[in-house]
Amino acid sequence: MSPFLFWPFALLMLIFGVAVVINRNPVASALSLVVSFLGLAALFMSLDAYFIGIIQVLVYAGAVMVLFLFIIMLLDLRAEEGRQVSWLALIGGIAVALALLAQILYVIHNLKSAQQAFPPLARSTFDDVRNVGLLLFGSYNLPFQIIGILVLVATIGVVLLSKREPR
Amino acid sequence: MVTLGDYLIVSGILFTIGFAGVMLRRNLIIILMSLELMLNAANLSLVAFSRFHVQQSGLPDYNAQVFVFFIITVAAAEVAVGLAILVALYRARQTTDVKDIMSLKF
Repeated sequence: MSPFLFWPFALLMLIFGVAVVINRNPVASALSLVVSFLGLAALFMSLDAYFIGIIQVLVYAGAVMVLFLFIIMLLDLRAEEGRQVSWLALIGGIAVALALLAQILYVIHNLKSAQQAFPPLARSTFDDVRNVGLLLFGSYNLPFQIIGILVLVATIGVVLLSKREPR
Repeated sequence: MVTLGDYLIVSGILFTIGFAGVMLRRNLIIILMSLELMLNAANLSLVAFSRFHVQQSGLPDYNAQVFVFFIITVAAAEVAVGLAILVALYRARQTTDVKDIMSLKF
C-alpha cells in the first residue's frame, strides 16, 4: 500500500496500456499488453489479493497472451501500412473517450469514501487461497459449475469454428 | 497515503484507454486486446473495493475476489472464441481490418 510501490506500477500499467493502443505492429502491442498485465498483477498484490494477482499472471500474461501471439504469427500479420487516417474519426473517438473519462472522474470525485485510506487488516498474513476457495466451493458452487460448462462450450465452439468445412 | 480514490482513478484511466482503443483502432486483434484492458480495469476497481470493505473478521471482502475470478474465466473463454472467429474470418476474407468487413452495412 506504500505510494512508492503504487505509483510506479500504476504508471507502468498505464503507459504500456497506451502503447497497446498506439503501436502499429500487432506483436509490439501484444508484448506491451503483457507488461501492462504484469503491472496490474502487482497492483492486485498491493491490495492483498495475492491469489488474484497470481491468477492474473498465469491466465493473462501466460495463456491469453500466448494465444494472441500465436494467432498473430499464424495469420502472419504485418504492421499496418500507412493508410490515410480519417481525422474526423480520430478526433471524434478521442473526444468521446475523454468525455467518458470526465464522467468517471466526476463520479469518483463525488464519492465520499474515495478520500479515505484503506482500513488495516487484522493480521498481515492470512490464507488467501483458502478463503477464496471456501467461498468458491461453498456459496458460489453453482456459478462455479456453470462457469465450467461455459468453458466446455467455448472449447467445443472454438474447435467447430476453426475446423475447415468439407467441400 | 494511497486512498481508494487513487485506485479508482487509475482503473478509470485504464478503462478509458481500452475504450479509446476499441473506438480508434481498425485491426480486430488490437480491438480484442483493448477489450481485455477494459475488463481488467473493472477487475482492478472490484479488488480495490474488496480491500476497502474490510469485514468483521478483519479480512478483505472475498465475495468481490470470487467475482473477479469469474470475470477472468469468462474473459479467457471470450478471447478463445473471439480469436477463433478471427481465424475463420481471415480464411474467408484475408483481412483483419474492420473497414473491409461491410457486408451488413446498409
